[in-house]
Amino acid sequence: MPETTLWLTIVAMGVVTYAIRLSLILAWGRVAVPDSLQRALRFVPPAVLSAIIFPELLRPQGALNVSLGNMRLLAGFIAAVVAWRTKNTLLTIGVGMAALWALQAVARAIP
Amino acid sequence: MLAEARSEFLAGVSSVAPILLGVAPFGMIYGALAIAAGLPPGAAQAMSSIVFAGSAQFVAAQLIATGTPGVVIVLTVLVVNLRHMLYSASVAPYVQQLGRRWKWILAYLLTDEAYAVAIMHYREPTPLKSKHWYLLGAGLALWSTWQVSTAAGIFLGSRMPPTWSLDFTLALTFMALLIPALTDRPSILAALSAGTVAVVGANWPYKTGLLVAAVVGIAAGVLAERRGAQAAPEEA
Repeated sequence: MPETTLWLTIVAMGVVTYAIRLSLILAWGRVAVPDSLQRALRFVPPAVLSAIIFPELLRPQGALNVSLGNMRLLAGFIAAVVAWRTKNTLLTIGVGMAALWALQAVARAIP
Repeated sequence: MLAEARSEFLAGVSSVAPILLGVAPFGMIYGALAIAAGLPPGAAQAMSSIVFAGSAQFVAAQLIATGTPGVVIVLTVLVVNLRHMLYSASVAPYVQQLGRRWKWILAYLLTDEAYAVAIMHYREPTPLKSKHWYLLGAGLALWSTWQVSTAAGIFLGSRMPPTWSLDFTLALTFMALLIPALTDRPSILAALSAGTVAVVGANWPYKTGLLVAAVVGIAAGVLAERRGAQAAPEEA
């Protein structure tokens, strides 16, 4: 991406983000937020987060890989259990990375 | 009044202190990833100051690395950050007595973490008068930590070998955010359908897969909730 386009993109990202955060603070009392919008916004985090996570786990090298050779899928599964049981972000990251490194070490040891 | 503002501000700062322990590594990883994605150091740092939204910055850095057009990147960031509209609506009644300048500054600082601590404080049945200083304190503490840790990540970025697979922390962080939020059927359906579309659409032109997946997931959640409400109206 050319440098100018990159900077324009970054500024546009900032404007969009700021506009979202400011929107209803300024509009409060003037416009009623429709119920349907409020209900839809509730599903933004699960939808967006899954849309990022799933390809990272299932297509780590670009191609779909649902096998025991997919170390990110295995490590991700372990981390998912940790996230579910503990709800602890740092622990989830720590266990997930440790699992990935352990699997990579095993893969290196068994050619 | 001044003393009260000061103590509210400091209370805001200390309320996010434990959160900063998680934000700092996250910022460092962002800085390192942005450099690995080919962003110039100045642009990587500027994104942290201008956008100031962790997950959106991670996604943007990845999209920039794969040569996605700017329009798609901005639209994706829009969808990723839409949840902040909820925060804006939720904080709005508490900041209406403030001047325009305060509203503009507080909106800029309205991240997930600042919102989480500020809204708890706003909901306490104590006088509202100086509580905006609390949000300011929390927001500025998070902002400075984010800037410094980004800079550290940019500096260390070239020294972290790719075999460490640090980019995997992105998926792990998001899993830690996602899984506790899956508390009802519509949310689970939203997550599964968005995830499936994203996997299928990973190679769609202009990297639109994420964008379409998010929209499909939100629609699936809304539809599932509507059907559930019809089936069991007393639970709606």
